[in-house]
Amino acid sequence: MKRYEQIEHTADIGVRVYGASVKELFKNAAFSMFDIIADLEGIRGSVEIDVELKAESPEELLVNWLDELLYNFYTKWIIFFDFDILELDGRRIKARARGRHVGENRNRLKTEIKAVTYHNLKIKEEGGQYSVEIIFDV
Amino acid sequence: MIWQGPLEKIDDWRWRIPKDYKQGMRVDGLLYADEEMIGDIRSDRAAEQVANVAFLPGIVKYSLAMPDVHWGYGMPIGGVAATDVEADGVVSPGSIGYDINCGMRLVNTNLKLEEVKPRLKDLVYGLYNDIPAGVGSKGDIKVSEKEERKLLAEGARWVVEHGYGRGEDLDYTEEHGEIRGADPDAVSQRAYERGKAQSGTLGSGNHFLEVQVVDEIYDEEAAKVFDLEAGRVTMMIHSGSRGLGYQVCDEYSRDMIKCLTKYNIDVPDRQLACAPVNSPEGKAYIGAMKCAANYAWANRQCLMHLARSVFEKVFKASPRDLGMDLIYDVAHNIGKLEKYNIDGREKLLFVHRKGATRAFPPEHPELPARYKKIGQPVIIPGDMGRNSYLLVGTKKAEETFYSTAHGAGRVLSRSAAISRCRGRSIARELESKGIIVMSSTRDTLAEEAPEAYKDVNRVVDVVHSAGISKRVARMRPLGVIKG
Repeated sequence: MKRYEQIEHTADIGVRVYGASVKELFKNAAFSMFDIIADLEGIRGSVEIDVELKAESPEELLVNWLDELLYNFYTKWIIFFDFDILELDGRRIKARARGRHVGENRNRLKTEIKAVTYHNLKIKEEGGQYSVEIIFDV
Repeated sequence: MIWQGPLEKIDDWRWRIPKDYKQGMRVDGLLYADEEMIGDIRSDRAAEQVANVAFLPGIVKYSLAMPDVHWGYGMPIGGVAATDVEADGVVSPGSIGYDINCGMRLVNTNLKLEEVKPRLKDLVYGLYNDIPAGVGSKGDIKVSEKEERKLLAEGARWVVEHGYGRGEDLDYTEEHGEIRGADPDAVSQRAYERGKAQSGTLGSGNHFLEVQVVDEIYDEEAAKVFDLEAGRVTMMIHSGSRGLGYQVCDEYSRDMIKCLTKYNIDVPDRQLACAPVNSPEGKAYIGAMKCAANYAWANRQCLMHLARSVFEKVFKASPRDLGMDLIYDVAHNIGKLEKYNIDGREKLLFVHRKGATRAFPPEHPELPARYKKIGQPVIIPGDMGRNSYLLVGTKKAEETFYSTAHGAGRVLSRSAAISRCRGRSIARELESKGIIVMSSTRDTLAEEAPEAYKDVNRVVDVVHSAGISKRVARMRPLGVIKG
């Protein structure tokens, strides 16, 4: 099953992310964001960061999780491509993200994502399959 | 998906979404468009978003949409909403946008097209080399955190005092490039970190620097005041507050989701999260938003300075001798406290403009003395293959809280533009029309291809015909630097 697909949005970039569990949904959402930011083809690296966050709802937690990674990208210049969701309930996440420093590889970068928006954000479940649509401001 | 809601025709340029369309709308929606544009508007969710904005507590008169309106997040791009501060009117960070004080700057020269044409390639390459652009680019200004706090409070003045430009540039910048009430303490450590090293960078996506030539004058009197004539070369800059502004909007949007419960506010989209202007949360956001606005004015001042230096190198004359005066700098993503007469009473309103340009009329006290008679300059860029415009504000624009359009507005999504341009060289197509374009980020040129945008000429037709601003001059691109 595909991890995500791009959806039509006139001004910004939208994705529909899929997962067999909420954990996988969070993992695939992070992957989709960095797949838009950079060319992940054949990327390797072992820089790791640990993330622990809380929120009031699963949707807000999802935005916080993506925001945290985006913040780390823009301040530490790490392209993340692999994500271990260690613990997750509706209001708390503990995870590890792996990536590589941008360094001299600026030509890997494709798109500047300014922010993750809350626009119409809703995690849906149907027959044990999870999905969510996310709009990135670019 | 076609939007099926009601759009009642008021006249050739105005369309109403009545407030009984949706329970919870406090005022009507009012859209500026011609008959044909209404088709485009119905093809995405922008009109629904206009209706959603009408839920904001304290909103007065209408939820407005300019003719370049398109689907955004929360408020549509091209939206304007004013709230009554005394009637618990709210401020909504998502209704200003992530790129706080994204805006336009128009710079004059005394160069004629014939003088620039033979040196155009050198000029565009020079601009491309000397102006940091694209994802991950670093700026020219390296400041300590203490100095950055001063920059946030003092805006463009701070960079002018540090050698980037001259004092009179500030006279031709909205708010003198230094909006009062900026509170550096309301800006988080994370926002400082994202903003660090990005002053003096163009950004990416639709941000640009363009060398252009005036190809039509509509209003001789106003053009004379701006010292513009056909055949004259000008320069336009489109940029904003970079990572600092994005982080400010992000954090305060998140915090204000909690305010919806705290202040018992009902809005149909979380992205419209808001708080009363006079609440502690509202005040903190406004203090931080003003810092980001100042950062953006400092940024565009710095970009103009870098560009002037490139002109100096290429034409071997000082920017002053080249007549490189700032015509105006104006924001198109910002929130402002402004006074209006509503039903016979003067009221203090918080005006949100998201993808909309302020357009003050002649004699407005905030205009520079030279522009008092003609009104505030309004800068409306088009796509990189067609035109851009200089207009002025009008008295009639009181109906839009002195606001007008900000650009062409997209019609194609970025992915649709990329797939349509597959196998084509946009740079070569534009070069055959005499336009040199350079971009530092892959895919930008295809994403930003002219056909991805509405025709700016029609957007300007609507605002001019509706009377909410007045055409002065039209420019066409010669050389474009993209992020």
